[in-house]
Amino acid sequence: MKAQTAPRAKLEIALKVNGRSMTVCAHPMERLLDVLRHELGLTGTKEGCGEGECGSCSVLLDGTLVNSCLIPVLQAAGGEVTTIEGLAADGQLHALQQAFLECGGAQCGICTPGMILAACQLLRKKPRPNTKEIQEGLSGNLCRCTGYAQILEAVADAARRGVE
Amino acid sequence: MRAHPAEYELLAPGSLPAVLALLANEPGAWLPIAGGTDVMVQYAAGKLASHKLVSVWDLPELRRVEVTEDVIRIGAGCTYTDLRAHPTVSGEFPLLASAARWTGGIANQNRGTIGGNIVNASPAADSLPALLVYEAELILVSARGERRVPYADFHVAYRKTRLAADELILAICLKRRFSEYYAHARKVGARNAQAISKVCLAALGNLANGVILDVRLAMGSVAPVPLRLPATERMLKGKRIDEALIAAAKAAVAAEVRPIDDIRSTARYRAAVAGNLVAEFLEQLRERAEAR
Repeated sequence: MKAQTAPRAKLEIALKVNGRSMTVCAHPMERLLDVLRHELGLTGTKEGCGEGECGSCSVLLDGTLVNSCLIPVLQAAGGEVTTIEGLAADGQLHALQQAFLECGGAQCGICTPGMILAACQLLRKKPRPNTKEIQEGLSGNLCRCTGYAQILEAVADAARRGVE
Repeated sequence: MRAHPAEYELLAPGSLPAVLALLANEPGAWLPIAGGTDVMVQYAAGKLASHKLVSVWDLPELRRVEVTEDVIRIGAGCTYTDLRAHPTVSGEFPLLASAARWTGGIANQNRGTIGGNIVNASPAADSLPALLVYEAELILVSARGERRVPYADFHVAYRKTRLAADELILAICLKRRFSEYYAHARKVGARNAQAISKVCLAALGNLANGVILDVRLAMGSVAPVPLRLPATERMLKGKRIDEALIAAAKAAVAAEVRPIDDIRSTARYRAAVAGNLVAEFLEQLRERAEAR
């Protein structure tokens, strides 16, 4: 990140989102969540609590799970962001998306993108997690519909199929 | 009221000397922000006093862990995920590893830093009692140089610390001499992840021939600052653990803690649970000695 001196002006901030390099024009303290939703139209990332408790704004930043409501966009400069829109490839759902669909892991859908990105990080670290590990991996993500049983089953199912 | 980003300045100088120079030029004007798990919450609620922020996230000088023969030196910018993954932390400092595992969910552990947790100075923080019982030493840094402060002296009152306006925490040093102790960490809260503790305990103890040689107790959410319990520790040392001692320990804990009523719990409940947690620790310490 380069030193920026102009106070309270919008800056050009370069980052990569879902594999595409881009420059956004934003105030440095704008939340990554708002830049994704409002500047880039990536509304798959949801805002729930806005204070890092619910996980519905989860994205991957440089491959690491983060709450995008707690990231000032300047801290994402030069980084690589993956949102729910970046998971499907060549018209094929990601294995986790497919598993959530088949297991009934989505009800109202607000928590689903965050759940899937949290699961994505979990399976990258632990491709064959046990139930406790799945619960821990998703412990920062709340589902107000309380469809947890199906969500946990969806993650276990995706793990059985194998996620690359 | 919600914050408007146009009203805030955020700089990311990218190196420790550049950050320290900024802090030195206008002491108190710049609020350091690391992973944002506390600062961004206050910001979003429009509650940040400062409108000038400087990013210390991922500064290489703050994110190192150095292990020597006697000491582990943990960079203040290390995240909870960094701590959980470090073999010396998980192997020799299980109280810190447990607290790292309990703090927030995975996303917050990926961003929340140990230094940020210390500076935020919440009496409810899960990792701070562990630093008290391990008798951590802090290295503070400013453009004026470095100084060392025992962690036990760092918190002076509710959310007030010894950190000067131009200083950052550079690192946390722990002596590698606790691996033989029985370590016991316990959090009581509405749920494990995310929920802030109603009461938490970090405890270390060792016995010889059934007698307590050394015991260290510290608790969160029972006082305006993370609290070590020296009077209870003194009362326990040199004694055999029996029912009478456990009852006396509960009374000593109740006399030493200073909990309050708040949204998460009541003072009465906290005082009772604080005593019960210490009793549970002593029972387990005794069982462990008997099992040997």
